[in-house]
Amino acid sequence: MSKVVVVTSGKGGVGKTTTSANLAAGLALHGFRVVAIDFDVGLRNLDLVMGCERRVVYDFVNVIRGEASLRQAVIRDKRLDNLYILPASQTRDKEALTQDGVAKVIEEFKAAGFDYIICDSPAGIEWGAQMAMFFADEAIVVTNPEVSSVRDSDRIIGLLDAKTHRAAQGLEPIKTHLLLTRYSPERVAKGEMLSYNDVVELLRIPLIGVIPESPAVLQASNAGAPVVFDPSSAAAQAYLDLVRRFVGEEVPFRFLEPVKRGFFTRIFGGGGGESFAYAG
Amino acid sequence: MGLFDLFFWKKRQATASLAKDRLSIIVARERRGSAGLDYLPQLKQELLAVLAKYERIDLDQVNVSVEREGDCDVLELNVVLSDSASPRNGALASAFG
Repeated sequence: MSKVVVVTSGKGGVGKTTTSANLAAGLALHGFRVVAIDFDVGLRNLDLVMGCERRVVYDFVNVIRGEASLRQAVIRDKRLDNLYILPASQTRDKEALTQDGVAKVIEEFKAAGFDYIICDSPAGIEWGAQMAMFFADEAIVVTNPEVSSVRDSDRIIGLLDAKTHRAAQGLEPIKTHLLLTRYSPERVAKGEMLSYNDVVELLRIPLIGVIPESPAVLQASNAGAPVVFDPSSAAAQAYLDLVRRFVGEEVPFRFLEPVKRGFFTRIFGGGGGESFAYAG
Repeated sequence: MGLFDLFFWKKRQATASLAKDRLSIIVARERRGSAGLDYLPQLKQELLAVLAKYERIDLDQVNVSVEREGDCDVLELNVVLSDSASPRNGALASAFG
């Protein structure tokens, strides 16, 4: 039974594409057959974050327009052979993403036996974002502990409840999960940043993960390898925890408290923000 | 952190609670749906037109807002009369259940 999952947020730059890449890779590491679809028509980036940008020949819009088959357009990951991506097109014509076209592509992935179809939403609440969420069974709402991101997430949660296939058909509503990214327990402890409890209280959807701010995330996207492929960083472990929760395991939350820094780190600095290594 | 900061160490304000308070208000307001609020700009214009017949009104000195208090929405209209000669400089408020 295939599951369609949208990764969305409203606000840009909060980590949707990073999360899509890591969720897809993480589920594939569990042995599932996974495809990640980039819905950001005109500004494709999932290919870059997944490290397959040089292998893009055809894209999502080519498939919808019948210029290429789905088989021709999907790219198989070089690290895991049960992980695929369907890149967005670089065309500026957003209308290219028709509802029927999207429905057909998703049906074809379901028929091909994919366990998870991850839809990486563009920012905003326009057509592309609406198409990304329309056929979803579950949603991951990516939020930074910051006022504009929380407000936009609230808007998106409203849309997930109202403007989707499930809402239109009167089916069981989309299952929404909150994912906090770029979380800094040190700043929360100082009262400078909203805590995960604050955000959960405001948005009132269950928390599925908290990803600590970590230089490993930027390094991973620099290299085109989702951070979960190298589980040494706190961010990678937090993403792997999220994936386990997503498939139904009970996993305690980590990286929520400030790390006690050792004497030498205090004096000489260092750690570069990846203070997890000193957690002991 | 430089040496300078050590001497002039100021306790930074804990702004997270401020963020939370502001968000709870705006999120609650937006969740109620914007449908009821759509007419506000037009209402403001029309009220202004009426008020302008009787008083000299400064456009910036008119504030129309809807707040939720318990079970009822309160429409608040605040007009500061710009004529300094007038001792009635103050607010005009009305509430609808």
